[in-house]
Amino acid sequence: MSLYYVQKFLYELNRNDATQVAYAADPHGTVEQFGLAAGVQNLSSQEQQALTEPDIGLLYHLGVNGQILMHFAAFHGIAWADYLERMREGIRTHGPVREGVYAMTTQVGPATQQGDH
Amino acid sequence: MTLVFAGVCSHAPGITGRADLADPQLKEGLYLAFDELRARLEESRPDAIVVVAAEHFANFFMNNMPAFAVGMADHYSGPIEDPDWLKIPKFTAPGNRNLSQRMIQEIMQTVDVAYAEEWLFDHGIAVPLNFLTPKFDLPVIPVNVNCQGPPLAPLHRSWAFGEAIRRAADSVPERIAVVGTGGISHWPATPDSGKINETWDRDFLDRWCRNDRAQLLDYDDLTVYTEAGQGGFEIRTFLAVAAAAKGAPGTVHYYQPIPIFAVGCTTATYDLDPNL
Repeated sequence: MSLYYVQKFLYELNRNDATQVAYAADPHGTVEQFGLAAGVQNLSSQEQQALTEPDIGLLYHLGVNGQILMHFAAFHGIAWADYLERMREGIRTHGPVREGVYAMTTQVGPATQQGDH
Repeated sequence: MTLVFAGVCSHAPGITGRADLADPQLKEGLYLAFDELRARLEESRPDAIVVVAAEHFANFFMNNMPAFAVGMADHYSGPIEDPDWLKIPKFTAPGNRNLSQRMIQEIMQTVDVAYAEEWLFDHGIAVPLNFLTPKFDLPVIPVNVNCQGPPLAPLHRSWAFGEAIRRAADSVPERIAVVGTGGISHWPATPDSGKINETWDRDFLDRWCRNDRAQLLDYDDLTVYTEAGQGGFEIRTFLAVAAAAKGAPGTVHYYQPIPIFAVGCTTATYDLDPNL
């Protein structure tokens, strides 16, 4: 599990035209190649699935920052309202945000939200 | 010469990117406010505009995240986002490498700032410039305060950074404008996008206008997060401009929550010495 590298992949994708072309042609291969290059062959199958499907809700649950995630959604042609709804669905399906800046919610929210930490 | 203009404005990407989804009257009101801010800026006859922004993983990432960074190039380009998404066409904005170097040297007397000879503008700078220098004809010195990837620099360091920017502006012969951009309370790009804490915003803007250091630093990130969302971390850019204004009183020219833009849209300026 590596939120850092999941976000790093999306950061590279968001700012690099060549990575976008490669990803559009072969998402699985591009994600795998990124893991090899970064020396993190252990991007979990869940993370790889989220990055290739793409599963916006799962990525949000995993803790990806929306400032990175919204561009990934736009890249996939997902409209704004749909993007917001997919994140909500991700929380309904998988539970509160697990890590990262939005997990601060669970530090200050009701105790029932802290179970996923 | 000195600082000739100090102001703040919103930079939310929806302001341009989702303009067609907004109430036309609200949108027009905001665009008019930007026009008025541009007129005030032009009236100050700046030679360069320092944009104190809170970028969003366009140039800086957690592999090497500077707390504070200043651009040092003769040209910058943007937007890094899909122009069709942001609805701002690709542009090149002039910089001034020599001026950047001189200002950075002065800033470094008190703040260990990072410098960057490459910088792709994201909406944090592109949206304000789109309104304030629509021809992209005024040299820009981009400045970033990390407001996205904690740990974030404490608020008092943003204040010190603003003081250093003022000292640097005063140390060069050019006329310098400083514009801070950011949200106040907002939950951008999250399921809570569109939520705005107007009461919190108005209290913050009141403190900003009084420009009282103690009141402006009387926040902590956990409380800000709870009451103003992670977007509230961007008050760091407003604080830097407040410090740069050296106690001058401020005026809010426009404040209006516009949920589809995901922020309480704001324009405000400090009333610097009119003889400048």
